[in-house]
Amino acid sequence: MSSAQFVQYLISGITSGSVYALVGLGFTIIYAVTKIINFAQGEFVMLGGLLSFTLIHSAGLPAVPALILSIIIAAAIGAVMYLLAIRPAQKASVVSLIIITIGAAIFIRGIVGQELTKSFVRPPSFSGEESISFLGAHIDPQALWIIGTMVMVTIILHLFLTYTMVGKALKACAINPVASSLVGINPRTMALLAFVLASAVGGIGGVVLAPFTPMSYQSGVMLGLKGFVAAAIGGFRSPVAAVFGGLLLGIVESFAVAANWGPFTSAYKDAIALVVLLLILLVRSGKLAEEERAG
Amino acid sequence: MLVRLKRYWSYLAIAAVIAFFILIPFDWFLGRYTTLMIFIGIYTIVTVGLCLLMGYTGQVSLGQAAFFGMGAYVSAILSKTYGVNPWGAMIVAAVMTGAFAYIIGYPIFRLKGNYLAMATLGLGLIMWILFKELSQFTGGPDGMSGIPFLAIGGFIFDTSFRRYFLVWAFCLAVLLISQNIIGSRIGRALRAIHGSEAAAESIGINVTQFKVKILVLSAVLASLAGSLLVFNMNFVNPQTFDFMSSVKLVVMAVIGGLASIWGAVFGAGVTRLLSEELLVRFVGWDIVIYGLILVLIMIFMPDGLFVKLKEIFERLRLRYRQRGTEP
Repeated sequence: MSSAQFVQYLISGITSGSVYALVGLGFTIIYAVTKIINFAQGEFVMLGGLLSFTLIHSAGLPAVPALILSIIIAAAIGAVMYLLAIRPAQKASVVSLIIITIGAAIFIRGIVGQELTKSFVRPPSFSGEESISFLGAHIDPQALWIIGTMVMVTIILHLFLTYTMVGKALKACAINPVASSLVGINPRTMALLAFVLASAVGGIGGVVLAPFTPMSYQSGVMLGLKGFVAAAIGGFRSPVAAVFGGLLLGIVESFAVAANWGPFTSAYKDAIALVVLLLILLVRSGKLAEEERAG
Repeated sequence: MLVRLKRYWSYLAIAAVIAFFILIPFDWFLGRYTTLMIFIGIYTIVTVGLCLLMGYTGQVSLGQAAFFGMGAYVSAILSKTYGVNPWGAMIVAAVMTGAFAYIIGYPIFRLKGNYLAMATLGLGLIMWILFKELSQFTGGPDGMSGIPFLAIGGFIFDTSFRRYFLVWAFCLAVLLISQNIIGSRIGRALRAIHGSEAAAESIGINVTQFKVKILVLSAVLASLAGSLLVFNMNFVNPQTFDFMSSVKLVVMAVIGGLASIWGAVFGAGVTRLLSEELLVRFVGWDIVIYGLILVLIMIFMPDGLFVKLKEIFERLRLRYRQRGTEP
């Protein structure tokens, strides 16, 4: 592998890793506050991508308001999902909650497939199609947008959680819901906030990803799964850990495909994430069981 | 007198149900629903396995389509490519799938709840990718056609009339066997595990071993159903075993009531009927409806629709009976 190729694969890995990181952030935020794994997390990325395409092409909005509106709609759908499907089932068992979030996921997917579009769509790139040369590699400028957005989102989220009152309340609620409700933090409001934040972050991921990789209403499953892997590598603990998990997964995927070893061609790209998922779950199973008991 | 009359009535009711099921495939009765009924029978077998797994052990499987697909593909490849007798292929498929479930059972049941769900989801997707990509064996995304029919001697199950009875014979056997398991020591152990794993363990139940056993059973059932599916359609393709397929199996189990064997027939029946008769006119809306069903049932009747209906029926009967005895 030449150094140019190396850089090419590395950047491609970081790019897809950034998207996984954004999805993983969503998983981590919701899990920290509510102890729920939101199986619909990938759908918000899909929503962001498809909404931005629809708003630009069918509604004819200019790019920037269309993108912002897509993210707001995705966040609103996240809020509605929490209020209508999760809150009424607060006392439900883990299995029930899993089934509920899956139900919500296929509901959203079905509506989007019927009402927006069934085909793969690709909204226009943010800043032209001409690729940039960097250390002999050719880079799609949209990839830089994706990486930059991920970094910005992570920093803003970190600042929000560390320096604002609401962010601190969210963190407190994640650490100890009972104690935080004693000091006047409403756990239900915080859960709603977590869902809104997670779906907004997912929507942002979709908005920046769609011009890079065409998306369809069915893209949510794999994105959700890979975001889960990212969050699992990070141990569902801190947002920053989820980001590293996402980047790691993206890079592993990219180089595994590059190695093109034996029968493992690009057709198996998605299987790599799944194998990583199973390995992590099994290696960490003792620890995870402990957490489940504590949580 | 009343007791004898009541027993008489219940025998009559059972006889009527059996007669109804026997008459369904005749053209002058409900003949046009024969194919639909075959699918309901096949899916009932998978759903029974899933109900046992989810309802009685409280473990969720989002990858049941993997076992279903393994049964289907192993049967298809052995009987078509290698010319193995279909019955033999069916047995080999069931043994292979069961062994696979046994091997993955111990590591996977170290996980619980959310993580177990994700692991089964991942497993299901891996199998689906293999079905699609191992095209030298499986025919790739287009699938395989020209798979033979099942036959006993010279009697070939080549009409849907004949296959109806074949599938429902299997289905009935599976239902009765499962019913027996639930009533046995194993069934009580499983219910104990569902109640509290720690308590079950403290009275000497090997929790993991029971969970693995039930996973193997559910995998073998799914594999049998998969074999029946390919020998019924003479065709197999990967779309039948994708993620949505696993979710639809969960829908069937949820409608049927997670801890109810006979509810599985109801769940598979309602779901197939919805898919094939009602929703074909609204292509694409089916997953919206299924999503809604999942959310609503889990919020309002977490024990499943069938179980809830049974409860309502019981309550009405009690009220009716009370009114009858009061002066």
